[in-house]
Amino acid sequence: MTEFLQQLVNGLSLGAIYALLALGYTMVYGVLRFINFAHSDVFMVGAFAGLYLAPIVPSGSILGGILVVLGAMMVCALLGALIERFAYRPLRSAPTLNVLITAIGVSLLLQSAGQLSFGAAPRAFPAVFPARALSIGGLDFSSNQVVVLLVALILAVALRFVVFRTKMGSALRAVSQNPRAARLMGINNDVVIRFAFLLGSGLAGAGGVLYATNYPSIDPFMGVLPGLKAFIAAILGGIGSIPGAALGGLLLGLVETFVSGSEYSTYKDAIAFALLILFLIFRPAGILGKTRVEKV
Amino acid sequence: MKSTLFASLCAAFAATVLTAAEPIKVGEVASLTGKEAAFGASSHRGTLLAIEHINAAGGVLGRPFELFTEDNQSKAGETATVARKLLSREKVVALLGEVASSRSLEMAPIAQRAKIPMISPSSTNPKVTAVGDYVFRVCFIDPFQGTVMAKFAKETLKAKRVAVLTSVSSAYSVGLAKYFKERFLADGGDIALEQKYTEGDKDFKAQLTAIRAAGVDAVFVPGYYTEAALVTRQARELGLTLPLFGGDGWEAPQLLEIGGKAMEGTYYSTHYSPEDSSPKVQSFVAAFRTRWAGETPDAMAALGYDTVLVLAGAMARAGTTEPAAVRDAIAATKGFAGVTGTTTLDADRNASKAASIITITDGKFKFVQTVAP
Repeated sequence: MTEFLQQLVNGLSLGAIYALLALGYTMVYGVLRFINFAHSDVFMVGAFAGLYLAPIVPSGSILGGILVVLGAMMVCALLGALIERFAYRPLRSAPTLNVLITAIGVSLLLQSAGQLSFGAAPRAFPAVFPARALSIGGLDFSSNQVVVLLVALILAVALRFVVFRTKMGSALRAVSQNPRAARLMGINNDVVIRFAFLLGSGLAGAGGVLYATNYPSIDPFMGVLPGLKAFIAAILGGIGSIPGAALGGLLLGLVETFVSGSEYSTYKDAIAFALLILFLIFRPAGILGKTRVEKV
Repeated sequence: MKSTLFASLCAAFAATVLTAAEPIKVGEVASLTGKEAAFGASSHRGTLLAIEHINAAGGVLGRPFELFTEDNQSKAGETATVARKLLSREKVVALLGEVASSRSLEMAPIAQRAKIPMISPSSTNPKVTAVGDYVFRVCFIDPFQGTVMAKFAKETLKAKRVAVLTSVSSAYSVGLAKYFKERFLADGGDIALEQKYTEGDKDFKAQLTAIRAAGVDAVFVPGYYTEAALVTRQARELGLTLPLFGGDGWEAPQLLEIGGKAMEGTYYSTHYSPEDSSPKVQSFVAAFRTRWAGETPDAMAALGYDTVLVLAGAMARAGTTEPAAVRDAIAATKGFAGVTGTTTLDADRNASKAASIITITDGKFKFVQTVAP
């Protein structure tokens, strides 16, 4: 039983990071209907922003940790907005496939630029939050895992608030439902889309720092695998749906952890993805996605 | 006046070209960037130091060595490309490298087909030299390393039940785990469970939780330093205070940077220790520190150094740089006294030599003991 609960804790803290990343994929998909493949590399830039910010804040304190997370979020939000402005906006009226290929190009650009400026060797990430080993009723976890869960929860709630309770959020939902009608209602679509990129990339930045505090070895390719998993989490949860992305992330983290902890650990990814395929066969729109009937 | 100066310069230049012996071209494939960059960079520095020493002493057969280094970015597939480039474009007469067994296995068939001798400094998987008679190594192999660690776990750590955490995507890790298990079981020990992970994984808590539930005395982690450090860290976070131990893949400063305090009380086996008091080791350590800004050479650097000396010795004995003759001479290497101990190449082109056990105390690597084959 203790083992089961411990695996549950492990899975949730891994899933929380997938969830943060998946939110970014889902937001961009919601408004632009394409997968932003550069998202996982924005996540990597977030981790490196944290690495460079860490020495200039009070080290190992909660305040310092929050400052690092906020700083990385700002750096990434800015980067996301720049990517949108210079890579995606010129292609606004081009077919989705062109934008998709551009996204892959931006992803490779960020990885190579990262390799040039940060070096290709893995770097050790400093302890930005005060780390303490906690033990409650036979369950052992680090304070960092609690921080990850808390921050992910706070950000998900904040995101929900922004999307459903603010004027900008209504505009975002309007553009997502029908971009042309939104424009007719006087909404500036470019501003709304930039806002979606700012938000999504900011979340990726926070995810990058949290990932690096838990797994303190970072390199320019660190985003690739978590990015892929988060993308799958977003689809699993129902792409375009915010609670779906969070749920998908947590679910994927749990499945992966339970398979890793079993005797079939060799087939960890294979089993996790086979489950995903099975799930999508029976529920193609994902857990919380709406099945849309394509009208011809 | 100007033209006479120019003419004399030309003459002087022509004279040096005519008298200077043609250099012996040697290729090196190293992981200078990427995941195992710490290994590649160390090995490369050792190699370079040896080449400089040999050239300063007049070279081999009166000819200096010229080293061509290619980086494979620690990536699968890249090694084959750069090895082919060294052979076809630079026309090297010998290949040095790689540190990782998986990548040496990519390079070995190419060297074998081209009939160019290849010496790996530190690939310990047995399959590497089994590729063909042109492939050699100057380090011990995994069966020996696995045996040493099994013996160490039983006798020094007094472990009866052990868990193994293997990287399934690394030939090195799988091989080491296999030989460890064989010996440990043969000695009456018990392998409680074996958990797997893939290269590049960052989260090991699931596997470690299963290991914790199995109730073992120690955990054997035959992997490379990045993963080993993350595994140890997460094991400590899960409240596992038992000793973790591994092989020479652990040896890198990054192990301490990433692992931090968690690494205290862990052990690994390696090829040499800079704390060894033998004059050979101490003079190498001093020369290395002078050349590379006070850096202490690790086992990879020492093996990189010995690799070049084994090659140079073989060429001197062969009296030529003709690949087939050099191959025969390398194969006949016997009792070569290098920095990493006395190397004798056996019929399978592997070196047999003693292993050193290192532990981590107070954030530093400490020499524990040597285990002879």
